[in-house]
Amino acid sequence: MSHALVMFLGFIAVTLWITWWAARKSAGASAFFAAGRSLKAWQNGIAVAGDYMSAASFLGIAGIIAFQGYDGFMYSVGWLVAYLTVLLIVAEPLRNAGKYTMADVLAYRLSPRPVRAMGALSTLTVSTFYMIAQMVGAGALVSLLLKGTGITYQTAVVGIGVLMIVYVVFGGMLATTWVQIVKAVLLMAGTILLSILVLGHFGFSFGAFFEAIGEVTYTNAQGNPVTQDFMTPGLRYAPPYGALDLISLGMALIFGTAGLPHILVRFYTVPDAQTARKSVVWAMLIIGTFYILTTFLGFGAATIVGRDFIAANGGNNMSAPLLAQALGGNLFFAFISAIAFATILAVVAGLTISASTSFAHDFWTNVLHGGRERREGEEVRVARVAAFFVGGISILIAIVLGPTANVAFLVALAFAVAASANLPVIVLSLFWRRFNTAGAVCGLATGLVSSLVLIAMSPSILRADAIFPLENPGIVSIPLGFLGAVLGTLLTREPQAEQKFTELSVRANTGLGAERASSH
Amino acid sequence: MTRDVDWERLAATAEFKALLKAKAKFVVPATIFFILYYFSLPLLVGYAPQLMARKVFGVINVAYLFALSQFLMAWIVAWLYVRAAARFDRMARDVVEKGSR
Repeated sequence: MSHALVMFLGFIAVTLWITWWAARKSAGASAFFAAGRSLKAWQNGIAVAGDYMSAASFLGIAGIIAFQGYDGFMYSVGWLVAYLTVLLIVAEPLRNAGKYTMADVLAYRLSPRPVRAMGALSTLTVSTFYMIAQMVGAGALVSLLLKGTGITYQTAVVGIGVLMIVYVVFGGMLATTWVQIVKAVLLMAGTILLSILVLGHFGFSFGAFFEAIGEVTYTNAQGNPVTQDFMTPGLRYAPPYGALDLISLGMALIFGTAGLPHILVRFYTVPDAQTARKSVVWAMLIIGTFYILTTFLGFGAATIVGRDFIAANGGNNMSAPLLAQALGGNLFFAFISAIAFATILAVVAGLTISASTSFAHDFWTNVLHGGRERREGEEVRVARVAAFFVGGISILIAIVLGPTANVAFLVALAFAVAASANLPVIVLSLFWRRFNTAGAVCGLATGLVSSLVLIAMSPSILRADAIFPLENPGIVSIPLGFLGAVLGTLLTREPQAEQKFTELSVRANTGLGAERASSH
Repeated sequence: MTRDVDWERLAATAEFKALLKAKAKFVVPATIFFILYYFSLPLLVGYAPQLMARKVFGVINVAYLFALSQFLMAWIVAWLYVRAAARFDRMARDVVEKGSR
């Protein structure tokens, strides 16, 4: 048995133990959906980081830097800066005014049925697209990392799917949280260790390291060797649309992160808004450190392993694991692979719980059954069943698409929908008295549809025949989402929503009447 | 318990109005600043590539230093916000106390 497989099994054992522990400990809706709202700031902060830093960050960004240098590093900046939107605008009011989901904040003063139905639709869209992207990537990656053990793409997808369902169904938010914490700690440990080894390779001389970045040699598409300064911007985002695409992507990150349902639900797991605030700061410290260290991961892979070798051994997603192999041998390769595996599992578990929470709380209880549970514990039961379906459907789609499907655009799509549909209505419902139900429904619909349509017309789908030239629709769809929300509002009047704004505003700003921690 | 709160009366108090004003005074300029600072990175890289490719020392260029400074910027804005928010918390407590009287 390979080292990697042993470490994968070790991680699975630890997470199953966590699930068993969480299942024994938690009872009731607030325990299942929000870990009893009793997490400490550092716990939730690390979990936010674990929920957020996906394989796309760990393996993807290292790969982009290894192949295209500086542009990849510039790309990584937005993932941290986005948290300022979460910190300054969304986290605290959301914690004060909501209960389990993003739509809670909208339903507070707007007509609950339509906004919850649309909110649930948007949440399920974002979560499923993001999940399918993770699952396809994960399946391909795991079968590559465990090469020689006979584990195929299908086995890997089913395995990951079953594990995430088990965490969520049996352990709820508490188990999901601790899986994310363990993952974030492992990811940071692995990244720091790898960075030190990279520096060590250059005799702990920053000068020697950066000098090597200045002359990276690889074979170009024509088969000729080229030496290039990898610190030069523009190797990925080239004219005519490169800069515009990057700005569009930046907009999706900066405005989309604060609209990602699986990130937002994490702020319900702490006792109050102050703790939510502190947990964002914890998350920012970890996330920022991680993305700064991608300098070593990415440029390290470019200089020590080299583009040609990575391209011949699994492609750019393998940059970080291959770097680990070059510097620390098979055992370290196995460790970094296990971290990639943990990273994937923690993220898909977070997506599963946020999707099933939204289905149970927004759609089942509030849209279908007028806001009341018909039997005690119904909401949690429905969420568990929903987790089965969400997981099962994702497994099926990932298997049908197969390991070679191009799924990177699904991540762009998830962020675009979060930024264009969710964020405008969250911000307007918190800060604009005149905002109303028609505006929310209109904004959510415009943001959702315009993101989908623009991606469908983009080079990601239509290749050379693209009607819309950018891969990231944010620069058009985000203004459209806001416009839809504003127009829908101005064309109708809803005195009740305006009247209840006062209550929402006092509550969001003071924490008066906010949901309390249930256990301890 | 919260059903008895007179939200309208609380919202009308001088304390609550002062809280909203103090928050806006920090959050609005801070948000505008970080958005401008962040988007000037892709804008400059896209439209002033020569300036960004200029070497500062060794191979380290303006573009890399500017990207690195974004991390510092985010942490500093977060730190300033946490400091300011301690004041908002005190002001919010005053509002709540007034409500329970």
